[in-house]
Amino acid sequence: MPALLEVKHLKKYFKTGGGLLHAVDDITFTLEKGRTLGVVGESGCGKTTLGRIILHLLDLTDGQILFEGKDISNPSKKELVKAREQMQIIFQDPYSSLNPRMSVSETIMEPLILQGKLTKDEIMEETGNLMDIVGLAERFKNSYPHELDGGRRQRIGVARALALNPKFIVCDEPVSALDVSIQAQIINLMLDLQEERGLAYMFVTHDLSVVKYISDDIMVMYLGQMVEKAPSDELFSHPMHPYTQALLSAIPVPNIHNKKQRIIMQGELTSPINPKPGCRFMDRCRYASPECSEPQVLEEPLPNHFVACCKSNQKEEEEK
Amino acid sequence: MADNILEIHELAVEYHTDEAVIHAVNGVYLNVRQGETIGLVGETGAGKTTVARSIMRILQTPPAKFRGGSIFFQGQDIMTLSEKQMRKIRGDKIAMIFQDPMTALNPIERVGYQIAEAIALHDKVTRAESEKRACDMLETVGIPAGRYKEFPHQFSGGMKQRVVIAMALACNPILLLADEPTTALDVTIQAQVLDMMHSLKEKLGTSVVMITHDLGIVAEICDSVAVVYAGEIVEYGTAEHIFDHPAHPYTVGLFNSLPKLDSTEPRLKPIKGLMPDPTSLPQGCKFYERCPDASEACSAGVPAAVEVSPGHQVKCFLTGVNS
Repeated sequence: MPALLEVKHLKKYFKTGGGLLHAVDDITFTLEKGRTLGVVGESGCGKTTLGRIILHLLDLTDGQILFEGKDISNPSKKELVKAREQMQIIFQDPYSSLNPRMSVSETIMEPLILQGKLTKDEIMEETGNLMDIVGLAERFKNSYPHELDGGRRQRIGVARALALNPKFIVCDEPVSALDVSIQAQIINLMLDLQEERGLAYMFVTHDLSVVKYISDDIMVMYLGQMVEKAPSDELFSHPMHPYTQALLSAIPVPNIHNKKQRIIMQGELTSPINPKPGCRFMDRCRYASPECSEPQVLEEPLPNHFVACCKSNQKEEEEK
Repeated sequence: MADNILEIHELAVEYHTDEAVIHAVNGVYLNVRQGETIGLVGETGAGKTTVARSIMRILQTPPAKFRGGSIFFQGQDIMTLSEKQMRKIRGDKIAMIFQDPMTALNPIERVGYQIAEAIALHDKVTRAESEKRACDMLETVGIPAGRYKEFPHQFSGGMKQRVVIAMALACNPILLLADEPTTALDVTIQAQVLDMMHSLKEKLGTSVVMITHDLGIVAEICDSVAVVYAGEIVEYGTAEHIFDHPAHPYTVGLFNSLPKLDSTEPRLKPIKGLMPDPTSLPQGCKFYERCPDASEACSAGVPAAVEVSPGHQVKCFLTGVNS
């Protein structure tokens, strides 16, 4: 059986005044049913763009997307409508992603109306069910987004994404606009839904503690490229790429007795416009040497642990 | 106490709108010592920013209204000062770092000038002198002085926040109010900025009130912690007390709802429900409706602060019972 989602050498370049902006550069991964892939990286690394290309909210420049074995890289309008039933998105900002002039129930039932498979009564019933599933009380049916708090708004976003019973949902920073106590409520809701419905998530975030919690595999992106990908626990216990190491060490841990040694990275993200062929992290990397200006190859030094750094083997030997 | 830079007694602030009165801050007590970093932790709408803005006296009145309380800064009640006197303190002895560096800077003014302006306003120095000190400040926060003449849009988010910090520290303030200074930044840049704030604090001996919702940041740089809920400080103590022996159910709930890097539990433990509506706060304990251990007494009366160990205060009826 083919994998649920297969992405091969996906590229997205934007034309800008200064040259080509490499937003997503040669990303390859597969995602199985019921699994979660976490995508992490700093702002501007292309993680949101990646999610949007897969859903065809943006056209791809090059590469291939296979959904259940079917090529949907350049779909016709009809194919796209069909594919979108299976693939949905939950947006980052529960304030701007809802139409302020549509009530809660109108927002949730819109996909069902557009699909055109159910009668009016069935749609009403299904909307009620969906609100129930995501924990929105029936009394909010006719409320408008501005009357609700961030947590409830994000529940509307989840309900809308679930409406057509999709198999795959791109979650673009769904909890970063929420307070921790509410964030935990939404994450638990998403985990419950995954268990019940066998959903696959692509969870895009910059919050590393959340991503570890929810993901099976984690992909680390830097300036449009995948620099490391590994099972969640493996990545946290044994990060190989210097960027991943620095990223992990930067997380503030709520524990006063366990102050860790930080790797403070110098500088900031460089420009993704016309990048040089070598390692894009080179200028900030503490292990950088001349061979880093060669193109980096993605290797698999351990089973399922991919890393694109010519230094990763060497460093390990040093540690031993 | 003489060594307190800042003493806040029973501060109460309301916002008056056409429809309702929002009780934003309800009787906050806070003391800040020389060189101390205190973390003000709580959720959105808990009243953290209102407290900071009250200290700066930059709340818009109306809609804001001081219902009571006093704020003593170096022994002087700043609530009684005139606006003219306050302007001398603001930016000089008390400075503030705002949450969003994108909107805190003037987009049509060169960054160096924005720093020099604060210096020229408070210290009687020549223009050349204020420019030189502004350049020094830029270097201190890790920006080459050569970028003095650039505009904010030419800087990245992290750099802009450094400029805002340079501006706040330009006059060597005694008290620095940092309102979520790193929330808008990436973790790697956040690490750089926190690291820099920490070393500057050591160097200059500034007292800091750090407003944040991130307990990780608190663990990293705060000496003591005040947990704010619905406009009240429900727990107050040293960082060790709060992290090792959190006593208020809300504090415990906050810690439990964080995803932990070393945890293997299948689900998070969120705090159920939402913060009470600040226009109609409940009668008794404000956390009563969300509290897992609530009893009859909790809905009837407001709990007073109880000292569970020296310097560690908790506003909860259940603290004595449990321990």
